[in-house]
Amino acid sequence: MPSTTEKVPDQHGHFGPYGGRYVPETLMHALRQLTEQYDHARDDPEFQKQFDYYMRHYVGRPSPLYFAERLTKEAGGARIYLKREDLNHTGAHKINNCIGQALLTRRMGKPRVIAETGAGQHGVATATAAALFGLKCQVYMGAEDVRRQKLNVFKMKALGSEVISVESGSRTLRDAINEAMRDWMATVAHTHYIIGSVVGPHPFPAMVRDFQSIIGTETKQQCHDQLGRLPDVVVACVGGGSNSAGMFFPFIADRDVELIGVEAGGRGAQAGDHASTLSYGQPGVLHGSLSYVLQDADGQTANVHSVSAGLDYPGVGPEHSYWKDTRRVRYTNVSDAEALEGFARCSKLEGILPALETAHAIVEGMRVAKQRSHDDIVVICFSGRGDKDCFEVARLLGENIEG
Amino acid sequence: MNPIDALFQRLRSQQRKAFIPFFTAGDPDLETTAKLAHEVARHGASLIEIGFPYSDPIADGAVIQASYTRALNKGLTIDQIFALVRQLVQQGPFKGGEVPLAGMVSYSLVHHRGPDNFLAQAAEAGLSGVIVPDLPIEEAAELARLATARDVKLIQLVTPTTPRDRATRIARMSTGFLYCVSVVGITGERQELPAELLDQLCWLRTQTDLPLCVGFGVSKPEHVRMLKPAVDGVIVGSAIVRRWEQIGTKPIDAIVREIGDHVELLSNALAE
Repeated sequence: MPSTTEKVPDQHGHFGPYGGRYVPETLMHALRQLTEQYDHARDDPEFQKQFDYYMRHYVGRPSPLYFAERLTKEAGGARIYLKREDLNHTGAHKINNCIGQALLTRRMGKPRVIAETGAGQHGVATATAAALFGLKCQVYMGAEDVRRQKLNVFKMKALGSEVISVESGSRTLRDAINEAMRDWMATVAHTHYIIGSVVGPHPFPAMVRDFQSIIGTETKQQCHDQLGRLPDVVVACVGGGSNSAGMFFPFIADRDVELIGVEAGGRGAQAGDHASTLSYGQPGVLHGSLSYVLQDADGQTANVHSVSAGLDYPGVGPEHSYWKDTRRVRYTNVSDAEALEGFARCSKLEGILPALETAHAIVEGMRVAKQRSHDDIVVICFSGRGDKDCFEVARLLGENIEG
Repeated sequence: MNPIDALFQRLRSQQRKAFIPFFTAGDPDLETTAKLAHEVARHGASLIEIGFPYSDPIADGAVIQASYTRALNKGLTIDQIFALVRQLVQQGPFKGGEVPLAGMVSYSLVHHRGPDNFLAQAAEAGLSGVIVPDLPIEEAAELARLATARDVKLIQLVTPTTPRDRATRIARMSTGFLYCVSVVGITGERQELPAELLDQLCWLRTQTDLPLCVGFGVSKPEHVRMLKPAVDGVIVGSAIVRRWEQIGTKPIDAIVREIGDHVELLSNALAE
């Protein structure tokens, strides 16, 4: 078992045994080029300056670190702070990565981007960045999701992107990723694939983490400015794992800060009822990298479930697998029912509708806060706003709001 | 000698080329897959590539993914595929490896079973080689070592986007033959084959003694005739697999015969 958790990934994209590149030879050249281009961009102050400019003036960063007084009182323990990624343009952390990769696309001189999307959040963020930088954009979305997420499909079209409905396989996020990879294999000369999470072949997991690290870097600075010290606990939800990777990464070397990742517990621990990859999965290969995966006895990808579309994924970023094995991050899960309760509580107590993904982190954050003293500080990554989930929550509550 | 090595040695001495059909195990069912193997062997197949269905095949095109999905929806397992191979190699042209069998399998499945375990079972069942299309050479060292120890050929792929120094390294690591991908992108049928491909093949000849077999996008006798002078073998997949999309509208035996006819048409073009 590896013991250090800082100097990863290595040059082949390995986080300990995880990560790497498990892709067809057709993509290898493009991935090496992308790695080279990204390495140059990352070390170029001009690129960093552009990224910072759009983060501040377009996305609206820095996002506040807000003291949630009433949630703190309700939990009755440690003080709870919310890192308000929901206040970003487009309503979630996804835009950070999309702006970064769209800038990189422009720098590489490619005129077209593609993306996969599940519920549509990453698709909307990519369509937004594509509009901003004048890139042609096509978004792959499972046919099931196209049907369920009409509003986001409309938004992407309004932003000038084309939405391609994917009819293969399970017709969900997994298949959208497969189709996007396939498109990229045939179009790589003029197209960049903006992956939405810290998954996929190297350099995507490290690159997406880097763009999202603005979350953790700001949080650290804000803790310093507002509280005069580091937090005791940082909590974030984990689907593919991009908001959590961005939040955790700047804290990895701060051993006294406890890091907790929250997966979707769904309806229960039985296969097919949850999406708790790190809790119940095992190391395997999916979508181009080695990481924990939920598979059946033969190694076929398992079906997963979560009330939250953003956490409903059978894999997880390879760096999370590495953090799990090195025990730097503790991973736990929260059920559908608990998340819905968290959604209601946060809405009523703080006047903020959380995304259902975020609601998972809130439940765990309050659970942890309860066990700690008022002197302690728990930061919850408030990854996105809940507007997108209102139809689903209403449906589950038996209310019809679609009119 | 491994049956794949023996095959190419034999073909070379006779100045003939290998015709290599690909199809999915278990689409539409295993019994038909066995029938199909005999049918294509009767119509000129030199080696058969058997696809192991996988739920998330990023290396394959839409036609093959749909075929994998059909097979998996019927509950197909890897053990059943090995059983099919075991049964095949006891009969006719497959006995003694006259027509060798190779597996096309995602590394996701190999990894899950454990690479050595997978290879041991593949070798025991009677597969002479495996192609793992999502395992680039950077990650392949361990599997290559295990495959050598089991005398299973690990066939590597070279694509039009592969830089030349890299292609040389891939050729060095490959055993059995070198799988040359003809077009950028995934498996599927194309209307025409690019001229750069012939250049790349001529150059590869100067780099390796391995047989060169071209796949991806080969479906017509014209393709085969164009490739013939530059290759040792031709691989045809999607053009065969897509025939199973007609299932339900035609009897299974009619589709098997149709595939046999198509294989004969293409293998004749190769033998002209």
